[in-house]
Amino acid sequence: MTIEEVQNEIIDEFSMFEDWEERYQYMIDLGKDLPLIEDKYKTEDNIIKGCQSKVWVHANMQDDKVNFTADSDAIITKGIIAILIRVFSNQHPKDILEANTDFIDQIGLKEHLSPTRANGLVSMIKQLKLYAIAYQTQLG
Amino acid sequence: MLDVQNIRKDFPILNRTVNGKPLIYFDNAATSQTPQQVIDVIVDYYTNYNANIHRGVHSLSQEATDAYEQARIKIQKHFNAKHPHEIIYTSGTTHSINLVANGFSSLLKKGDEIIVSALEHHSNIVPWQMLCERTGASLKVIPMNENGELMLSAFDALLNDNTKLVFVNHISNALGTINPIEYIIDEAHKVNAAVLVDGAQSCPHIKPDVQALDVDFYVCSAHKLCGPTGVGMLYGKEEWLNKLPPYQGGGEMIAEVSFEKTTYAALPHKFEAGTPNICGGIAFGAAIDYMNAIGFDNIAQYEHELLEYGTEQLQKIDGLKIYGTAKEKTSVISFNVGNIHPYDIGTILDKMGIAVRTGHHCAQPIMDFYNIPGTVRASFMFYNTKEEIDSFISALKKAIMMLS
Repeated sequence: MTIEEVQNEIIDEFSMFEDWEERYQYMIDLGKDLPLIEDKYKTEDNIIKGCQSKVWVHANMQDDKVNFTADSDAIITKGIIAILIRVFSNQHPKDILEANTDFIDQIGLKEHLSPTRANGLVSMIKQLKLYAIAYQTQLG
Repeated sequence: MLDVQNIRKDFPILNRTVNGKPLIYFDNAATSQTPQQVIDVIVDYYTNYNANIHRGVHSLSQEATDAYEQARIKIQKHFNAKHPHEIIYTSGTTHSINLVANGFSSLLKKGDEIIVSALEHHSNIVPWQMLCERTGASLKVIPMNENGELMLSAFDALLNDNTKLVFVNHISNALGTINPIEYIIDEAHKVNAAVLVDGAQSCPHIKPDVQALDVDFYVCSAHKLCGPTGVGMLYGKEEWLNKLPPYQGGGEMIAEVSFEKTTYAALPHKFEAGTPNICGGIAFGAAIDYMNAIGFDNIAQYEHELLEYGTEQLQKIDGLKIYGTAKEKTSVISFNVGNIHPYDIGTILDKMGIAVRTGHHCAQPIMDFYNIPGTVRASFMFYNTKEEIDSFISALKKAIMMLS
């Protein structure tokens, strides 16, 4: 699936929720299900700065596709990362770089994009894209 | 007795909704809300007499100058300073602290010691670290106990002839502890050290008498006590303010300027370079009038009831731990629930219209002491109600259910 297809799938899923409670409960559940990052990658270097909660992200590339794993000590933040990882994992670095993230607005999480939000959704997206830049450079 | 329903009518913001729910504002320790009486003063200033002060010969300038200087006198009387010129307008507590820290650069030398408390806000730590770097002085810390109280025996042990300056907050922003500043001031004076008290958190709840306290410097921000942001004050004893060099150069702070030499203006203008926050200063005075009309005794008594009620209700929740259980504390409750991250609780509460603070409250050393990433902090003002606490408790229970 392309990034856009994954995003549309997520938009469809969120459109079934009637209120914030269902949306947040779903995110919390996603957070609980997030495949954890290996402990050895939960280092100071892998922490995304600018979050009120701790967020660790690790990336690797296989067959020209980038894969992400992550963790956070806050569950809602984990849910948000789980969504981002689902969108960006197993994608070509160039596609990750070119992807827009308007879908976040469409699934009712726009408030998390505000720069005052301490969860650092903006920082997370930036970090994922930075990894993509690094791998894109490797591919030449 | 305080008539909370009537008081609430003064605060237009309390009528708004957040995420479709009536706003419950429990982030008062970060900033307080503004009553209509203060908003009116701000509107009146810009509508009727906005002008630059102290220099204009025209009427508007004189009206603005009068109002600004009258507000200074209100502040002076409120804190019972001896002279109006002992009140320096600043942009807020942080600015006030930096002004003093900068001034001490010229008074300290290697080997001198500065004492701060373990209960400090970042803004009360960093300026002193910078001062120590500049002067070679060293920083000592008064430790705290598990209840969030300063350990006074350790403080006594830190004091010696090298101690030049002691900095302590009157009330801790993260835990609400009321510190025994009377004792700290008396003991510090025995070794001739100056004392600066950060009143940012105390001024909304207590009316300090700087002469009775015999404190050398006392600082606060208007926005914590129903005034606007961007304005605050530094009280300093005249003799101390005369000893400190000016902090910033610019207009107002000069008497005469030539390229060879500038002579500085007298107090308070020596420390008030540039065009100040004129409207802010006037509104600061109005905020003090507003609070005094309600009465600080009434405020303290009512807020204490809220604190006791809130504490009692929170303690009924399984797995909830309150940080900061000092005997003397103000209406601030910092807590965590089990292993739930404070950020998660704050996010869910916001969806239900409730504003609390989450995180380390700019007091990371305190969080390190308890070995936690942060807390949820609910802080009450005299316009909050027990009914709001009830709604907060049921919202909190819902958040816990969702997050567990």
